[in-house]
Amino acid sequence: MKRGFSGPKRGENPGEEADLMDQIAGNIGLLIDYPLVNFKILIDGVMIGALFALAAYGLALVWGVMNVKNLAQGDFVIGGGYVSWWLVKNVGLHPLLGVPAAFVVMALLGGALHGTPIHNWARSQTKAMIWVSSITAVVFVIATYMGEQAGSIAGYAGLILTILLIINGGIYNLVISRVIERDLFTSLLATFGLAIMGAQIMNLLFGSDTQSLDLGYDTLYFADGLIDVPIAKLIGVVMAAALATAVILFMKRSRMGQAIRATAQDARAARVLGIDTEKVYAFTFSLNAAICGAAGAIIVMVWVIQPFYGITYSVRAFVIVTAAGLGNLPGVIAAGLGIGAAEQYGSHIFGIGYQQAIAVMLLLAVLIYRLMQQKRNRQVLQ
Amino acid sequence: MSINKTGLYVAILAFTVAAPFVFPNYGVQLGTLWLMIIVAMTWDMTGGQMGYNSLGNIFFYGTGMYVAAVIAIGLVYDVGEYTGAAGGGRYEFTDAQYFTGFILGTLGAGVFCAITAFIIGYVTFGLRGPYFAIGTLGVAIAAGELVSNWDWVGGGQGITLPVYPGNLDEGKVFIYFAFAITGVLLFIFLNWLYKTRFGAAINAIRDDEEKAEAMGIHTMRYKLVTWAMSAFFVGIVGGISAFQLISFEPLESAYQTINLGIFMVVCVLLGGKGTLWGPIIGAIMFQVFKEVTWNYFLGWQWVALGALIVVTVVYFQDGLMGWLRVTKPEWFGLTIDEKGNEQSQKAASSGEAAQ
Repeated sequence: MKRGFSGPKRGENPGEEADLMDQIAGNIGLLIDYPLVNFKILIDGVMIGALFALAAYGLALVWGVMNVKNLAQGDFVIGGGYVSWWLVKNVGLHPLLGVPAAFVVMALLGGALHGTPIHNWARSQTKAMIWVSSITAVVFVIATYMGEQAGSIAGYAGLILTILLIINGGIYNLVISRVIERDLFTSLLATFGLAIMGAQIMNLLFGSDTQSLDLGYDTLYFADGLIDVPIAKLIGVVMAAALATAVILFMKRSRMGQAIRATAQDARAARVLGIDTEKVYAFTFSLNAAICGAAGAIIVMVWVIQPFYGITYSVRAFVIVTAAGLGNLPGVIAAGLGIGAAEQYGSHIFGIGYQQAIAVMLLLAVLIYRLMQQKRNRQVLQ
Repeated sequence: MSINKTGLYVAILAFTVAAPFVFPNYGVQLGTLWLMIIVAMTWDMTGGQMGYNSLGNIFFYGTGMYVAAVIAIGLVYDVGEYTGAAGGGRYEFTDAQYFTGFILGTLGAGVFCAITAFIIGYVTFGLRGPYFAIGTLGVAIAAGELVSNWDWVGGGQGITLPVYPGNLDEGKVFIYFAFAITGVLLFIFLNWLYKTRFGAAINAIRDDEEKAEAMGIHTMRYKLVTWAMSAFFVGIVGGISAFQLISFEPLESAYQTINLGIFMVVCVLLGGKGTLWGPIIGAIMFQVFKEVTWNYFLGWQWVALGALIVVTVVYFQDGLMGWLRVTKPEWFGLTIDEKGNEQSQKAASSGEAAQ
């Protein structure tokens, strides 16, 4: 994993430890002297926090409904970003339309076709599916082994494999549906394997450079240029808010939303009352993938994406869900915005090199705090 | 049976000693194989035998590397100045300095990691199930990030250690035997440990922690001691790895959370959790798979590894030993009481119905 190292340069002067303390003190002083800087950091934090909150909400959904801890969450986000980026660069789609496109593609990969006639047909052709997929897989492996001269064959084989994956119920049917009833570590480890695979496949397809889409919009300035708000970021936040609202309304109003909430409360009772929980699980997982994908498509317009950035979003999503608890949507949004702001403050005070460390330390702090809460009742956190 | 077993052990030991001389071109791979075997066995101490699935054992590996490096350098020079020069400058190590640094460094790494394990374990062992895995993973990631911002030990660029005095091949054999001796000692230790009351106690914690506590087992003490013992060995191999790699940096070679940190878990799952031989067999299988994909599918090796993880975890979680235990129970000295089995199944199904 490559991450930019941008701490203070080493070896330039001997008193580095003292320098760091000075720097921290100086940065805090700046915040007090110029209150408007606080405002700017808060705005930045809220913007990035809104996108963390989206990924975290998807995680809370999957965790709460089917008890699967999805460590591949961040890779779905990055995947959505690359879908949008690829469509804009190669098909000429408008970047803003990349968001719904990523939503749809990630939903399909997640398992949106599970239980539809296409999937039922695929299920009735098990033998043919096994033959076709194994032959394509062998072709793919051989073409990959041969390298450059068979590159296009490998590409087509990969495309066929992807289509087969989608019509066979996507990632949900292949992996997730098999870990739902298992112990909790299984889902964690299986999705970790998925995360490694996803990151590497994106790395091979799109290269390890950072990518972004420029919308070409202006930047708004407030308070004599101290606060700058790019319009692209503003649009991103509005889209994130719209998506969150749509999902909330869907969960509250629609029949499927009700079924999802019922399954989360008690899967057994839901089954007794005639809810097809298998369908609910598949739908929940593909909804999660779709939300993540849309978040990624927003991120590619506002910041940058890179194949290995997934883990940072996964870690944030876990911090937020652990802090807010499951099935607590306002809590997830508040925690998401809070963590975004805390991280911006932290990286302002300690330097950008500590940003990842701060997110992880927050996770540990939340875990320890919840542990102490439980200890008071002589319980353990499980 | 016992003669057979002794013969097997002697054969394996003979192979272990002869391997670096028979396959001189694979010195590094053989050393890495021992490294995988050791970390898999130590992971199984908590994960398989005690039921605490940690994703953060890599923390002790990275810490072991750094402690060993700091001790080896600190015995001779000022560490801050040494890392400040970043490999430049003239820092010579005599033979005696190298070997004292090696021995004190690796042992010191083991002891330091054992002590850290007590401190971290005291906090994290209150967490159960997935929270324990996430919490320990968090510790490992945070440690990597903090160390990469810590200039005294070289920051993001890492540390460069002295090279082995003497020729290069001799150095590889030396490192190989350092790994192999640690591995053999660990095996003898675990073989004894799992048969004692202590082994029974940690198995009881795995099976039902509340009941174990009710039986009068001081679970926290047992958990901490097991974790510290496993950390001790991981710290030692971390130290040896530091001398093997010579030059390493924090995020990708020391606290390599997504590489070795996950590999050790996969090794154990491949071979079979909670058995003595499972981790060893799993580590060998995994290492072979890894080397083959690394050599022939460059670029796709990570995808293959990810697929291996998913397939192992989802479809074959009991691993090779678990599969053998079902198909060949007599190999394990187990006899199946058909009648009792039926009765217990009946009882189980009626119990389910009652729920």
